[in-house]
Amino acid sequence: MIKTDLLIIGAGPTGLFAVFEAGLLKLKCHLIDSLPMPGGQCAEIYPKKPIYDIPSHPEILAGELIEKLETQIAPFQPGYTLGESAVSIERTPDDQFIVTTDQGTQHQAPVVAIAGGLGTFEARKPPLTNLDKFEKNGVDYIIKDPERYRDKKVVIAGGGDSALDWTIFLEKLASSVTLIHRRNEFRGALDSVDKVQELKNQGRIQLLTPAEVTELHGETVLQQITVNQEGKLHQIDCDHLIPLFGLTPKLGPIANWGLEIEKNAIKVDNSLDYQTNIPGIYAIGDVNTYPGKLKLILCGFHEATLMCQSAFKRIHPEKRNVLKYTTVSGVSGFDGSVKEAAKSTIKSIE
Amino acid sequence: MSLDIKIYLTDREGKRHELVAPTDMQMNLMEICKAYELPVEGTCGGMALCASCQCYVESDHKLPKKSEDEEAMLSEAFYVKENSRLGCQIQMTPELEGLEIVLAPED
Repeated sequence: MIKTDLLIIGAGPTGLFAVFEAGLLKLKCHLIDSLPMPGGQCAEIYPKKPIYDIPSHPEILAGELIEKLETQIAPFQPGYTLGESAVSIERTPDDQFIVTTDQGTQHQAPVVAIAGGLGTFEARKPPLTNLDKFEKNGVDYIIKDPERYRDKKVVIAGGGDSALDWTIFLEKLASSVTLIHRRNEFRGALDSVDKVQELKNQGRIQLLTPAEVTELHGETVLQQITVNQEGKLHQIDCDHLIPLFGLTPKLGPIANWGLEIEKNAIKVDNSLDYQTNIPGIYAIGDVNTYPGKLKLILCGFHEATLMCQSAFKRIHPEKRNVLKYTTVSGVSGFDGSVKEAAKSTIKSIE
Repeated sequence: MSLDIKIYLTDREGKRHELVAPTDMQMNLMEICKAYELPVEGTCGGMALCASCQCYVESDHKLPKKSEDEEAMLSEAFYVKENSRLGCQIQMTPELEGLEIVLAPED
């Protein structure tokens, strides 16, 4: 059981900044995120896109913003449970919350802040009629253990970096790799595109473009797929089909936690502290809604700050606290580091 | 001259909506849909990086050419037809008066 003061669900910019504000109040944080790295949408969807409305950054790449936030919060030594999604929450008799992930990892904290953005990222699934039937029997959206594909016939569908990278990687393991994409152009790192071109020229992979998978066949496990290439149908024998069409966020299990939901977002009290209808559970950033809500990173930062003040009062009802300015108090990390303004020197002129 | 245009959008339930869209606010079709609280998610915020605003253009208005980003996204989206576009890439301009749009199914 992982124990912390403030459990943050979602490691996007808002969740990460909450660690800083909590740290100033001496609260320890732990973050859960379904993605394998911190950053949320900024890292998964648009790391290379510039953002222009972060105060004092006339321009900053989304990926860079995340790196800077990680540096900023590092002194507060947040814990991370990455690559796992929070699926259930329960309240203990002594008013603590226990949050369990899809992989069974348990976390305990007196306060939970949901900073889940638009939700958990899930693979985008192609609309094929009997896709469900093969989901555990040949169709994989995420590659967890490449060994699974050793000496197997693999078909990869998609035109981005992951389709290219896995084609290159699995070519070494699988007995055959076929890459299928709807157009001839691939959107990926140039050297990956070149590498796939080379593999194709050497006859080490099959490339079918512009083409698309239209049917899946097999008794119980996937055995064959139908591919439509500009009206010409191919039957391809395969053991695995790996559709790599990117990820899309879904609110997911959080929607069933008894929280008041409106327009696919969690209702909070914005006049006070961004608490939900369940005392002790807060929602900050894109995941929440209130009158006048704006889904902006800078609003998430503000919400995280107010949430932390309220969380502190909930955790330490007996303690009095006032807002401290970092210009005055500096930043004392849990790692023993201290950042503070240099003392001014006074010297008389004679 | 009014800076507003009228466009017509059929939602996923088949209901047709008349939308008044300003052409002087740098708004795109995805944003107009959101302003009318129509079920268009606009997950990526308008960067042509998701296909949640995909729609079919039913009228013969001349639209700006698809950018490389839009082409790439549409090549990975589902339910794509010849007349598919990403709403976020269609800027509201006076030339689009009377535009007819149908929302594509959700993923």
